[in-house]
Amino acid sequence: MKNLLNIKNLWKSFTLHNLQKYIKAIQDINILVKEGEFIGITGKSGSGKSTILKCIYRTYLPENGSILYQSDNFGAIDISKATERQMIYLRKHEIGYVSQFLSVMPRTTAKEVVQQAVIEMGYDIDYAQFQAEKMLSHFELDIKLWDSYPNTFSGGEKLRLNIARAMVKRPRLLLLDEPTASLDNVSKIKVRELIEQLKSEGTTMLGIFHDIDFMQGLCDYQYNMQAGEVI
Amino acid sequence: MKGFEKPVLEIKNLNKQFGKGCSDCCDINEKKLEKNYCPECGTVYACQDISFELYGGEILGVVGESGSGKSTMMKCLYFDQEVTKGEGYLSSYKDGLMNIFNESSQQKRYIRNHVLGKVYQNPMLGLKMNFSSIGNIAQKLIAAGYRSVRDMESRGIDLLNHVNIPVFRMKEPPKNFSGGMQQRVQIAKALSNNPPVLLLDEVTTGLDLSVQANVLDLIKKIQRELGISMIVVSHDLAVIRMLANRTIVMLDGRIIEKGLTDQILEDPQHPYTQQLVHSLLV
Repeated sequence: MKNLLNIKNLWKSFTLHNLQKYIKAIQDINILVKEGEFIGITGKSGSGKSTILKCIYRTYLPENGSILYQSDNFGAIDISKATERQMIYLRKHEIGYVSQFLSVMPRTTAKEVVQQAVIEMGYDIDYAQFQAEKMLSHFELDIKLWDSYPNTFSGGEKLRLNIARAMVKRPRLLLLDEPTASLDNVSKIKVRELIEQLKSEGTTMLGIFHDIDFMQGLCDYQYNMQAGEVI
Repeated sequence: MKGFEKPVLEIKNLNKQFGKGCSDCCDINEKKLEKNYCPECGTVYACQDISFELYGGEILGVVGESGSGKSTMMKCLYFDQEVTKGEGYLSSYKDGLMNIFNESSQQKRYIRNHVLGKVYQNPMLGLKMNFSSIGNIAQKLIAAGYRSVRDMESRGIDLLNHVNIPVFRMKEPPKNFSGGMQQRVQIAKALSNNPPVLLLDEVTTGLDLSVQANVLDLIKKIQRELGISMIVVSHDLAVIRMLANRTIVMLDGRIIEKGLTDQILEDPQHPYTQQLVHSLLV
């Protein structure tokens, strides 16, 4: 299997100018992800797990080190130095991000949320609508909810919508940032089934989970973090 | 390879100053004035070395405090004010080969009428309040080359429908409309010439929340359906978060930070951007 993502000596810290504080978030992180693998990251709150994912998605600007990603469009690209345009392209076409919180445009229905992701890739509205409906049924979101605003949804429904939005683009790399954090056991089992399904379809995933039991038998490799370092 | 398209608008080192400058401030780069005005001669450097690119179908957000030069930059882009120095290239005007700021006033008028649209914060600047709404749109259509009254009326009705203004009110002057409706008529007028680039200067400021939501939804719809590139100036970070793909932050006439909108909001680098984000997103 080819390497899809190679994180080398990644450092990130935050300088809070107004408080005159300097916070080290992650130090010297090295992670290798091959195509089709599921890599799990565990660790206590504040150990820097989400920071790694946010650096890959470029919500945070990496400070030092490199994040080499094998893109379909650009070839090997260092995400830490990629231009904004390149990142917008990668986010639209190749890298998906699912967090425990669903962040959507206000006054947008569940179907429109998924549809919009397809339109962003350059497809027309009819195709987007078809794909959105297919994906929402696939993730078993009740058809009655399709034309409702997601802020009225339960945690599990929001999460399934969140994953549907990310998966409708068929990303090569899916980043999962504690998607099961606020879910009950039944919903967790559903998410696990979804992840197993995605894995069998060949999606490469990098996920953060608090629940170590949840990751048993799911991950190809597991990294444990403490105080910003992989131990 | 995708992701390397030519920008629809490219601005290089745009400068705008009010006043002639003096020996203390004329070489501003060397002097590094603390603020954007010279205490000796009173010259205001409203925009200093502004450079950015706008790509097809994207929304570029511009944020900054009052007096940071956001609106002056927009006025320069729409030729409401002469730039002091700088270059601008529009891909839909002479294939992006000519500096639009060096063109004759006739050519600038052509660019305004055919390539650009602008929506002002104050509808009184963008609309003739005593003309009918459809008349306001017709005014821009005539400038864009329309001559048949029937064509103008049909295009005007299409546009008013698009911005959700009831057609039976098309002959009413905007002064009879609410603030939100006036903004929507302005947007219809700005869209009348099918501009590839739309400039939106604080379009939701002063509107109440529900009306603001309508205008924002309309902007998003236009971008989605027509694929128009937009520059959205706002001091409201919630508006920028909702609309913009990329954002630039201005302070004292300069761009101090630019990046992906979520990166600017979650990992701001410059002390001012941090202050701005922390004070607004509580």
